[in-house]
Amino acid sequence: MIIGIASGKGGTGKTTVSVNLALSAGSPVQLLDCDVEEPNDHLFIRGAPRLLETVCVPVPEIDPALCDGCGACSRFCAFHAIVGLKATPLVFAELCHGCGGCLRVCPRQAIRETQRPIGVIEEMATGGVTLIQGRLDVGVPNAPPLIRRVKAYLRRDSLSILDSPPGTSCPVVATLRGCDYVLLVTEPTPFGLHDLRVIVELVRELELPLGVVVNRMGIGDDRVHAFCRQERIPVLLEIPEDRRIAEACSRGELVVEALPEYRVIFRELLDRVQRHAVAMVAR
Amino acid sequence: MRIAFTTTGESLEAPLDSRFGRAPRLLVYDQEHESVEVLDNRQNVEAAQGAGIQAAEAVIRSGARVLVTGHCGPKAFRVLAAAGIQVFTTQALTVAAALKAFRSGELKRAESADVEGHWA
Repeated sequence: MIIGIASGKGGTGKTTVSVNLALSAGSPVQLLDCDVEEPNDHLFIRGAPRLLETVCVPVPEIDPALCDGCGACSRFCAFHAIVGLKATPLVFAELCHGCGGCLRVCPRQAIRETQRPIGVIEEMATGGVTLIQGRLDVGVPNAPPLIRRVKAYLRRDSLSILDSPPGTSCPVVATLRGCDYVLLVTEPTPFGLHDLRVIVELVRELELPLGVVVNRMGIGDDRVHAFCRQERIPVLLEIPEDRRIAEACSRGELVVEALPEYRVIFRELLDRVQRHAVAMVAR
Repeated sequence: MRIAFTTTGESLEAPLDSRFGRAPRLLVYDQEHESVEVLDNRQNVEAAQGAGIQAAEAVIRSGARVLVTGHCGPKAFRVLAAAGIQVFTTQALTVAAALKAFRSGELKRAESADVEGHWA
């Protein structure tokens, strides 16, 4: 089963839920940190990272000897990564999405692909949890190609937890697509509610079953709960606003280890997710 | 010679837009015919990326040899330079004032982009 942990709003506790859920599963579990722009699951998973691969994206290189400046490549490129001039077109590699369309439309076969590195994938393992994280190079604007490569390490025979980037843009879609269930972590504040509404809309667009974790219960108001009732979204866990949790996290400690009473709570969360996912499939 | 300006309006009296890629319009002034052509650039105003590149392509298509604007970023500058278009930056408030400054030789030709791109 593949569970995506997403939030809309940043800083609601995606990483906290992801790592603690993974560590309380009690069976071999994969944790994929898909927040490749600032992966931080590794802060809680001790162990030396092992480099699995350097990820590259294809970018076009134009041979000026073959190019006759017809402009077919630049007209085709939806991302304006190739600018047709009278002479050889200019290539803006950082805008290229690597679709390969320019190669196909070039009537003179003047374009070939070269590989541009965008980041790395690393692995570390501890206590039954295998963490696979993507790390995007600084300055690279496109996260989805790296996220898709991270997801290529998904093993269908174990439980997999995908820690999504915040927000509701392409990197989140790239992470959640193909998940069996999406767990949305929010906080009971107006900001939390606002971004929860947006991510719920996105997950419904992807037609995936979803449930909510309300973190930092006790702050804010009850409008997140009212929204979930109205939208018939189950609230699978409430985590109280508890200074001890914040202190543990700030020291890089797992909640389930610093506060052992949470181990059973996260274990139950996993059971609820699995039951709800099965119920949704049955429907 | 044709000179391109970035503007929010549709005439010489209109304000000069200091942004290049995301200016709503390009005004192209033809010195020989003393005529004005206005090009719509509004599709770029909300562009997530590539606005400067597309605006630069529009300047190239317009036949202008000179661009007068407020600021020009690195990608747009690279496209304009490759096409041999000279870039001049100014703080002038209107297109007419920018044109006057250009004609009197007050404006200095930009040797490079004067602002950062939106990514590092």
